[in-house]
Amino acid sequence: MKKFILFFLLISCFPVISQENKKDTLKPKDLKEVIIIGKKAQLFEKQAKPLSSIDEYLQKSAKVDMIKRGAYAWEPIINSMPTERTLVTIDGMRIFGACTDKMDPITSYVEVSNLSEATLSSGQEGACFGSTIGGSIDLKRNQSDFGNNKWDFNINSGFESNNKQKIIGASINYTDSLFYVSSDFMLRDAQNYVAGNNKEIQFSQFRKINFSGTTGYKLATNKLIEGSVIYDKASNVGYPALPMDVSIAEALITSLEYDYSPKKSIITNWETKLYFNTIMHRMDDTKRPLVPIHMDMPGWSKTFGYYSKIKMNFKSHHFLVNLNSFYTTAVAEMTMYPSNPNEKPMFMYTWPDVRTFYNGIFIEDNYVLNCHSGIKFSAAIGSHSNKVASEFGLGSLQIFYPNMNAQKNRVLKSFSSNYNYNKNGFEYGIGIGYGERAPSVSEGYGFYLFNSFDGFDHIGNPNLKNEKSLEGNAFLGLKKEKWNAKISASYFHISNYIIGKPDTTLVPMTIGANGVKIYSAFDYATIYNVSLSTEYKLSNYLKWNSQLVVSRGKDCNAVNLPFISPFNYATSITYFKNKISSEFSVQGNGIQTNYSALYREDKTPDYVILNLSFGYNFKINKSKIITKIGAENLLDAYYSTYSDWNNLPRMGRNIFLNLNYSL
Amino acid sequence: MKNQLKNIFAVLVMALALTSCSKDEDVNPIIDELADVTKFKEFTNATHTLELYSHSSVEQGYNEIKIRIKDNATNVYVKNASVSWTPLMHMTMMTHSCPKSTVEKVSPDGTVYEGYIVFQMAQNSTEYWDLKIDYTINGTTFTATSIIDVPASIDRKVNSFTGTDGVKYIVAYAEPHHPKVALNEMVVGIFKMQDMMNFPIVDGYTLKIDPRMPSMGNHSSPNNINATQSAAGDLYKGIMSLTMTGYWKINLQLSKPDGTIVKGEEITGTVTESSLYFDFEF
Repeated sequence: MKKFILFFLLISCFPVISQENKKDTLKPKDLKEVIIIGKKAQLFEKQAKPLSSIDEYLQKSAKVDMIKRGAYAWEPIINSMPTERTLVTIDGMRIFGACTDKMDPITSYVEVSNLSEATLSSGQEGACFGSTIGGSIDLKRNQSDFGNNKWDFNINSGFESNNKQKIIGASINYTDSLFYVSSDFMLRDAQNYVAGNNKEIQFSQFRKINFSGTTGYKLATNKLIEGSVIYDKASNVGYPALPMDVSIAEALITSLEYDYSPKKSIITNWETKLYFNTIMHRMDDTKRPLVPIHMDMPGWSKTFGYYSKIKMNFKSHHFLVNLNSFYTTAVAEMTMYPSNPNEKPMFMYTWPDVRTFYNGIFIEDNYVLNCHSGIKFSAAIGSHSNKVASEFGLGSLQIFYPNMNAQKNRVLKSFSSNYNYNKNGFEYGIGIGYGERAPSVSEGYGFYLFNSFDGFDHIGNPNLKNEKSLEGNAFLGLKKEKWNAKISASYFHISNYIIGKPDTTLVPMTIGANGVKIYSAFDYATIYNVSLSTEYKLSNYLKWNSQLVVSRGKDCNAVNLPFISPFNYATSITYFKNKISSEFSVQGNGIQTNYSALYREDKTPDYVILNLSFGYNFKINKSKIITKIGAENLLDAYYSTYSDWNNLPRMGRNIFLNLNYSL
Repeated sequence: MKNQLKNIFAVLVMALALTSCSKDEDVNPIIDELADVTKFKEFTNATHTLELYSHSSVEQGYNEIKIRIKDNATNVYVKNASVSWTPLMHMTMMTHSCPKSTVEKVSPDGTVYEGYIVFQMAQNSTEYWDLKIDYTINGTTFTATSIIDVPASIDRKVNSFTGTDGVKYIVAYAEPHHPKVALNEMVVGIFKMQDMMNFPIVDGYTLKIDPRMPSMGNHSSPNNINATQSAAGDLYKGIMSLTMTGYWKINLQLSKPDGTIVKGEEITGTVTESSLYFDFEF
């Protein structure tokens, strides 16, 4: 999609570094990328398609892409790395998907209406809320401010022609000087989508409802307490690229936060949050016409956690300390029903009630050297333990690892350092980082998890070592009055790179599977990503943006890694004046020449798609209506990308209409 | 609050009482000797009552049987008997016995005697099993005989066949009683029919095991270990790996010490089951 458009706001783009020479007032430069999602009407106006999914917002970034198994719940990959190597949080809360097949990334349990922005951190800069290799995405919830007594009503509605997706949402907010409450609701209902050339993709329907509520109370001028809840329920979700669908996926995400901003102290802000979330996910194949054996595969995850984040300023040092902890349980089952009804069903734990307990501390010092340059250090250490709580499940895994203990403890360390320089529109930065991660529940404890991409049953390995990443990154940018350009690069050398390796002595359990893979590790793998983004102001109202991305990933035997993007480009022209907005964009990939045949990837052909949108704002008395209409894949190209599971074709021409009515 | 304290105190007292109870049990080992077994038969002669116990009811196949002998005069269980037994199948044309162990005391101070019997066939309307128990107490011999109910087992627990070497064998599944999704220690008895009355254990053989799930593509399981003996005269032990619950067919091949297969086929693309097997569902 149109990766480049809209709202790439490197915080540094703001003229935050004032011209005053008082060192203390200098703000540190943060290299995080912020993707604005919306809420505020002004932001809505700038989005080509305000009611698109979170996934569509995120993949605008050069560093994020999406593995797609259907029309719903795409799996974000950051710097070419999937869920196990990344960290996705909602306002700093750790949440873990309950699906063994990664059909429910965290991003699938929230809605655009819940969120104001997504903060994307590359590599070790994303280690604030836990260990990561590729980076992190922190989804920031909408935050109301205290203010004058005010009610605020919003209605959102949308329709998409291709899959008859109907979107309806509403939000009600109230604020006064001591109290606020905001709530929103959103419903999406979509039928099968149609790929280019009118090819209907069976089992690509979905339905989702989402509700969120937040309430805050000001205890004193600088003290605030806030409670929030998100409830999300998806039902009848088809995954056309997989052999199973989802009958229901349900999440309850709750938190209670205390925020204190001392005055005249070196501590500027102290934020503490307690949270709990629970997810239930039910895979189901009862609607599929041809299955060798019917099975149910439910999964559950529950997480309790807290973090306490302190920000301190001392002279030119800007410290951030984050103490954080979580306890999470992961259970997944598989029950298979034999065709002979008199036979007992076959049952196994695919995730044997794995309890993960993490305690960590993260420290960062953003040190402003002078008005042009700064240096940032961060370090984190955490204790990580996994315990198999189910005796049944432990016995199952002991089939493969007879001497395995129920518990395994690890220590995870990370550090990073970045230098940045910015003068007269010329900027550059370099950084290094080191990070470790523990194997995921599937990698450590999965039991006969079938991967429909490579066709292998996967068995976890509790003896895996920590994966370790050494990373280097750099950027170079130039900003002139009319244009700016920036080239960024990151390189990862990942030791003990965890991956499934075939074991030919084992016989698969899944009917028709190619074999069994045991999670194991390569000595190392390397991944690099280089992106170039440019912006050219053709006039005050007309802007031309472009983005080019090159990625490459290889293992220690110089064999290509799977899910690495081929050359990828996007360009757009946006027009924005008063009530009228318009955007035309082109997006495409080159031929995937460096595909990974070993992981059953094939050479994905190149493609290019065109998108067009128009917007107009009406004002009637006090109320305001933002309308957006547009077409995606204007030429109805039939295509699939490197990240489409089993070459699932993408959506063909789609006309959308989004309406936002606010009172 | 006061009430709560009282409750907590009461619970503590109860907990203490319970722990002391279990200490009492240790003093009296008789209860332990009959743990997990139930009485399936009781019969008498002029002097004694014989009580027979097993894990569930006795059926075709391998059965662990425990015996207690009660003196009818004193109602006291006899501790110093030496016991032997003879199961007999009364067929229309002939009578034969079956593989069986000797009968041993479970513990020196106890009153329970135990052993196993492998009923290689089930009773039917005209053919039945009886069990003769001979025992000696202080030099005096006694005997008691009773018909035993041996219904057919639902699962295939015992195989009785003539091997390619012309020898008649009996291969019986003994353990585990309750298979788990795990590596299960498997115990098997392998006997040959020497004559109508003697069925000794054969020594030095190997029973190859290959568990399969016919309802699910006939997949197998990893890390099974063929059953072998640790010493001559012992039952055979191996490892049976079961990766999920459900119906399992344990395909078997019986191999002589020289490697000759006397019964059973290897599972291949075309051969989906062996003629020698056990099966069960859990």
